[in-house]
Amino acid sequence: MKLVKLLGGTAIIALAAGAASAQTELSLWYHGAGSANAEEALVNQLVDDFNASQSDWKVVIETFPQLAYNDAVGAAALANELPDILDVDGPVMPNWAWAGYMQPLGIDEAKFEGYLPGPIGRWDGEVFSVGLWDAAVALTTRKSTLDKYGIRVPSLDAPWSREEFDGALSAIAASGDFEYPLDLGMAWAGEWYPYAFSPLLQSFGGDIIDRSTYQTAEGILNGDAAIEFGEWWQGLFQSGYVPGTSQDAADRETGLVSGKYAMSWNGNWAALPVIEAFGDDALFLPAPDFGNGGVIGAASWQFGISATSENPEGARAFIEYMLDDKWFAAFSDGTGLIPTTASAATMTQNYAPGGPLEVFYGLSEAQALVRPVTPGYIVQAKVFEKALADIANGADVADTLDAAVDEINEDIQANQGYGH
Amino acid sequence: MASVTPDNRGLRLATRYAVLILVAIIFVFPLLFMVMSSLKPSAQLLLDTKSLRAFLPVGDLSFDNYTAAFDRAPIGVFVFNSVLVTGLTVVLTLFVCSLAGFAFVFLEWTGKTIIFSILLATLIIPYETIFIPLLLMASQLPWIGAGGFEIGWLNTYRVQIIPFIADALTIFLFVQYFKDLPRELIEASRVEGASWWTIYRRVVMPLSGPVIATAAILKFLFMYNQYLWPLMVVQEEAIRPVMVGLGYFTDQLNVPWGEVMAYLTIITVPVLAFYLSLQRVFIASVASTGVKG
Repeated sequence: MKLVKLLGGTAIIALAAGAASAQTELSLWYHGAGSANAEEALVNQLVDDFNASQSDWKVVIETFPQLAYNDAVGAAALANELPDILDVDGPVMPNWAWAGYMQPLGIDEAKFEGYLPGPIGRWDGEVFSVGLWDAAVALTTRKSTLDKYGIRVPSLDAPWSREEFDGALSAIAASGDFEYPLDLGMAWAGEWYPYAFSPLLQSFGGDIIDRSTYQTAEGILNGDAAIEFGEWWQGLFQSGYVPGTSQDAADRETGLVSGKYAMSWNGNWAALPVIEAFGDDALFLPAPDFGNGGVIGAASWQFGISATSENPEGARAFIEYMLDDKWFAAFSDGTGLIPTTASAATMTQNYAPGGPLEVFYGLSEAQALVRPVTPGYIVQAKVFEKALADIANGADVADTLDAAVDEINEDIQANQGYGH
Repeated sequence: MASVTPDNRGLRLATRYAVLILVAIIFVFPLLFMVMSSLKPSAQLLLDTKSLRAFLPVGDLSFDNYTAAFDRAPIGVFVFNSVLVTGLTVVLTLFVCSLAGFAFVFLEWTGKTIIFSILLATLIIPYETIFIPLLLMASQLPWIGAGGFEIGWLNTYRVQIIPFIADALTIFLFVQYFKDLPRELIEASRVEGASWWTIYRRVVMPLSGPVIATAAILKFLFMYNQYLWPLMVVQEEAIRPVMVGLGYFTDQLNVPWGEVMAYLTIITVPVLAFYLSLQRVFIASVASTGVKG
């Protein structure tokens, strides 16, 4: 009898101990497999730290190659196999939220006070995703280059006007010192186009879509401002100021440093090699003001909770855990991207006051505009990319933009307005 | 009829060789480009594409791309998965489809003609159109395994294998081939008292080397090149195949072309090895069976 009691007691203790130590598993899907940078290692470290910090939840990460990630999420949603936590590209998030893949974070908005606008993913009045970093684009060049041609160094308070920018390109081109005065990064395709070039259109006064209703692009993507932008855009290529869509990818990587280009429209992720090459001579300039203020793109990859998560409170706990200056700074130091808050920026190597990339935080703060916040964006982005490439290659500006508007509007109608 | 003189025979030979060399170049140069590019840094690789240097082992050559490719992705795991999935599917396909072909050709049963017609009709259905319903089915199928009864086949090897075992094209190939086998052999075997299983195993299949080789090569290539299906049904890295692994070599803006070429070279090796091994089987089977067209 004693033996039975002993065994029974042992079993109860073992069960109790097991229950105490059992963590409910939360699945997390991450898009960066094979990215060969520090980001994946940091995500793993974040997960390990979270798992060790409490006893309720255990996040299990599954990584996907970025090329396949969105399709894999779409397939998993169909099969009702979504994970608890998803990472999502900022401009794609409204589509996933609208399609029912994601649920609101349910985190107090006060938590996001002081955040840059880009890392907060809002849809339909609620926050669905949040990021630990943002990215920014700048006109990268050398002070000595501008001095040589008598070009004013612009600032956030006084960016170049269109006339100044065109004048700078013209002066550099006339010198014959460079193969091209400006590199726009035409060797990059896909999301680079709406991310990097739609801000130029917005600065002219146009946009990809009418943001007041998100129901039409008519008069916005093909209005007077957009046509003016299109003609200016086409003129850059026709004047030989920028390499075209057949630009060599290797030139995109090294053209500025090797002296092939005088200026480059590029992101903060490419800034450190420029500083290494040019030292104090390197300049990161704000976007020119083409009439409606200087604009750059915003929003990068973020984290959210899937709509089918059986443990949203666990997923929320993980996301709240990562919303900490410590992690913002760690990711920034590891990847070179912009930390989400100013307080985290002060903790970083690159974005602290006097840091080599400090200027990018200011650019993000002052000029960033998120891409159209609509589920239709994923279609609109592709239409915009094709239109800009066609115009760069000599297509009629008005006809091309009209066709793009028709395609976007038809898609919106086919999707019953995308829930706006 | 013109007579064949030594002169025009030489001309014909030269023309034949010229055509064959041209065809060989068309087939070999892409492979040559891939292998040579895998040894060059990305910047040089892109510059070389503007000239014939792209096909030559010139410039700064090294195995750095291979090292980087292995650092970037678990290539060994992907190759193992693809070889396992492809190998099992090929073997099971040959068995199931040859049995089906045997039944269509040699056995008499009601509805044979109409079922064969329906089977052939499925050939015109694009593979992609049935992906979504197939995915939904796979996510709800039951299974009894080591872990007991479970629902859902996603994230398993079986979901990459079983849906592709029976296919109309392979059955059609076997049917067409079996139809040309000498009926006397089958009838003689029946007279000798052989069962249908014995005839299938001891008479028909040993004579079917060419169609087995053809069906195996086609199935191997189809399975080894699978991208969309495993992308949709497999989420775990541990059971991902090689083609999905190619995605590890692109990010939002950059493609490390040298590493891509190194990866492609590595994953092409099993395909070439399989093809060359079956090529020998193919020739041997034709020679040994004495089957004449």
